Amino acid sequence: MATVADTRPPSGGALIALRQASVTRGGRRILDTVDFSIGRGEIVTLIGPNGAGKSTLVKVALGLEPVDSGMFWRAPGLTVGYQPQKYSLDPALPLTVRRLVTLNTAASEARIAETLALLRLERLLESDVHTLSGGELQRAMLARAFLREPNLLVLDEPSQNLDVSGAIEIYQIIAEARKTTGCSVLVVSHDLNVVMAATDRVYCLNTHLCCSGAPEDVSRHRAFLELFGAAAAKTLAIYPHHHDHEHAPDGSIKPGHHHDHSHHHHD
Amino acid sequence: MTDNFILRAVLAGIGVALAAGPLGCFIVWRRMAYFGDTLSHAGLTGIALGLLIGVGSTIGMAVVGLGAGAILLLLQRQRRIPADTLLGILSHAALACGLIAMSFMDKVRVDLFGYLFGDILAVDWQDVAWVYGGGAVIIAALVFNWRRLITLTVHEDMAAAEGIPVARTKFLLTLMIALSVAVAMKIVGVLLVTAMLIIPAAAARPVSRSPEVMAFGAAAAGCLAVAGGLQASLIWDLPSGPAIVAAAVVLFVLALTARRGFHPSARN
Repeated sequence: MATVADTRPPSGGALIALRQASVTRGGRRILDTVDFSIGRGEIVTLIGPNGAGKSTLVKVALGLEPVDSGMFWRAPGLTVGYQPQKYSLDPALPLTVRRLVTLNTAASEARIAETLALLRLERLLESDVHTLSGGELQRAMLARAFLREPNLLVLDEPSQNLDVSGAIEIYQIIAEARKTTGCSVLVVSHDLNVVMAATDRVYCLNTHLCCSGAPEDVSRHRAFLELFGAAAAKTLAIYPHHHDHEHAPDGSIKPGHHHDHSHHHHD
Repeated sequence: MTDNFILRAVLAGIGVALAAGPLGCFIVWRRMAYFGDTLSHAGLTGIALGLLIGVGSTIGMAVVGLGAGAILLLLQRQRRIPADTLLGILSHAALACGLIAMSFMDKVRVDLFGYLFGDILAVDWQDVAWVYGGGAVIIAALVFNWRRLITLTVHEDMAAAEGIPVARTKFLLTLMIALSVAVAMKIVGVLLVTAMLIIPAAAARPVSRSPEVMAFGAAAAGCLAVAGGLQASLIWDLPSGPAIVAAAVVLFVLALTARRGFHPSARN
């Protein structure tokens, strides 16, 4: 029984580790003996159908909800940058993009400019957030998470509201951020069509852990096929990344670069 | 002497406005207007009970106000009764209890009208000190917790995920509102306290582009309303509390119409 964080770090230098963690709420089992960990610098994707317990697992992993049984460990001094799934900013609160992206951060002007340029928001820095489109607001929330200079980025459905090429672009930016800062990334998704190519490990959750492993391995796993069907497996994580064009900030099409993503194989 | 009571009224009113403006912004942003009403009605019950039991109106008000705040926070954890219904029930229950309790006190001189609408022209220096003491505590708590309060106002889950103690910060906000009610009650009365919290903040919204500007704007609008309301009260012999609230409403309408046609959120 560990409702408080265990003080002994698990082996392997994980930032967060759950062992045989179970959560029951209102008599309903929400998480059932789940093993889960995020290593330093690792990109982990958590997928599962609606109601699979993904949100609860994230809350437990962040230490916001206790586990009823099992072990929970979290590295001390963790800085989390969180991109929420739903954000309805109340128009009663006046907020510019600059104020939003620096919220709960201590970012320098140079970092703000760099991050907003990366997410193609630089022209919107002084704009009112209530005028942003869904996609722009989403990128602004991602910029804010980056500016936290986190050890752990937690991104809840980062590809929602985006088309496939938009999602791939966002995932490339996230992968790049991991490379330059060495932060760990937890991506929560129910969108099986685009799982981030740079994902090191996929956890497939449906109350219990169906399977986990490298994206290619998970997509071939029997439990995964049963949960999502063979059609989903065909698209998981092997989404081709050949764009023949990119979109400039004004929406015009410019010639793109071709690139291959070599997939990491673990184990 | 005659000058002194006006000076005290102006000082007390401005003290209330300086604290209530920025705090009221959170009530507007977090849609807590009903919450303020409920706490102020609970304050009336507190005054009545405090006088009945003999511990004094201030302590009674503080205890019942905090109790009502705690009950509300606890009740909001259940989902079967919507939050605004709960607030409506508690708010009117508190008002009814307060009025009933006051009816038992015929032998004590209780100026019900004064409690309901305030009597800013009757404040003594002790009241002024109480306003500034309470106001200073509220402003200090706001400044010290500003980043946390704004972050959880933007997104509670995000704030929690990033390590902000959400439950504690929300409780602190409740405490601040209860304290502001206690501070402002003598000035504008139970029924108009929420007005001092939300109207200056709402007046500042159309002309503000950041939370900080809106907080300062709300404080300024509150001070203007106090000055204008007292002036009108002296010139036309109006009841002072309602005159201040009416002045705040005039400012709100001006701010709203001044920005018509210009959308402050327009890009560039």
